Amino acid sequence: MAEIIQEEKGKKGGKRRPKKQSTRIDMTPMVDLMCLLITFFMLTTAFSKAKVMVITMPDKEDNKDKDKDKPQIAAFRTLNIILSEGNKVYYYIGMADPKKPPLPTLVKTNFSKDGIRKILLDKNRDLFTKIAEYRDKRVTGKIVVSDTTLDNEIKRMKRDDKKGPIVLIKADEKAKYKDIVNIIDEMAICNIASYAIVDINSVEKDMLKNAPK
Amino acid sequence: MPKIKPPVRTPHIDMTPMVDLFSVLLIFLLLTASFRPQEAAVITTPQSVSEKTAPDADLMTIFISKDGKVYFNIDNGKDTSTHFRSKLLEKIGEQYKITFTKAEIAKFGTMSSFGLPVKDLKKWLNTKETKEKDKLQTGIPMDSTDNQLAWWVREARLTNVGAEVAIKGDADTDYKLVKKVMDLLQENKVNKFNLVTNLQKQEVTLKDLPSSGK
Repeated sequence: MAEIIQEEKGKKGGKRRPKKQSTRIDMTPMVDLMCLLITFFMLTTAFSKAKVMVITMPDKEDNKDKDKDKPQIAAFRTLNIILSEGNKVYYYIGMADPKKPPLPTLVKTNFSKDGIRKILLDKNRDLFTKIAEYRDKRVTGKIVVSDTTLDNEIKRMKRDDKKGPIVLIKADEKAKYKDIVNIIDEMAICNIASYAIVDINSVEKDMLKNAPK
Repeated sequence: MPKIKPPVRTPHIDMTPMVDLFSVLLIFLLLTASFRPQEAAVITTPQSVSEKTAPDADLMTIFISKDGKVYFNIDNGKDTSTHFRSKLLEKIGEQYKITFTKAEIAKFGTMSSFGLPVKDLKKWLNTKETKEKDKLQTGIPMDSTDNQLAWWVREARLTNVGAEVAIKGDADTDYKLVKKVMDLLQENKVNKFNLVTNLQKQEVTLKDLPSSGK
């Protein structure tokens, strides 16, 4: 045992030869990182397909039976939204007929959560609640339906809805493309059953001139 | 005397072959990945909650850039042996009384989006330098006297009957230009279009309903 102790001491004390450090780098972390990077890129390139928003417009040939049988819609159900420059959104409820004064007042709002979305949700309360509850039931597992059944059921609820607002979207000349996309998006978010993009008429152009800035 | 055990050394695996394999795999993936053809103009699409994806093939796209230039693109179909682009170029050539050589038609078949009047097409196909090519791209004319976009759309629909139409507009384009394109499409009996957007999810639940104070 005495011999061993002496040996250890010798090892500690001897400074004749500096200990050679091996210069081998451990490659394991680098291989881990490369593995992760490759997997990440393989998966993300599959997800970079562009997303689209589908819109369907009515046939333009309707000029023939324009005056024939227009279904009578209650004025309080119509919500007219006018988009203008600077992301401004104006809306008014009812019809703007110069033969039946007074003309409705334009209310100015915007695209924030408290803007046009609040109005739309308020007017579409029943249908929105129905659809949201249906979706919740599916998420929590109370009903088990496929994706196509979900879509068809929502379409059916929208078709049978009789109390929701009928939204007419109009844009003035200075509106930008993203305003239209945003408003159609709000239609989808608030589950509006019927909306249409129509041309702005001269009555509304005049209303815009006198509207609050 | 206790046995002196030799100090335990952790086994070192030599990682060099694994790194070699990863490099080979990476190079293979890089070579077999097909690059997205460079689009004529940079377009930032607006955002929407829509999660539907654009169809991969049988799609014609109308690009509208911020400064109002219109570009057009159509793919060669699911099975590229249908050569939709070559047929389309021949038809447009007949329409505008321009003959394209076989080489030009073949070249057009492999390219992607373009935006220039038909009279400049021959020159564009034969220019080799990218800068010269980009200068020629002034947008497809849409004036009422010479609505070339209408011809492109019509002939494309005749060439590939089931093709869908996508509109890729920049967020800041004037809406009236987009409306002009949509009116043009409606006149050609296209009533369903896909607007290309970026996904931005917005969660609106029952608790976001405004309180019914009314």
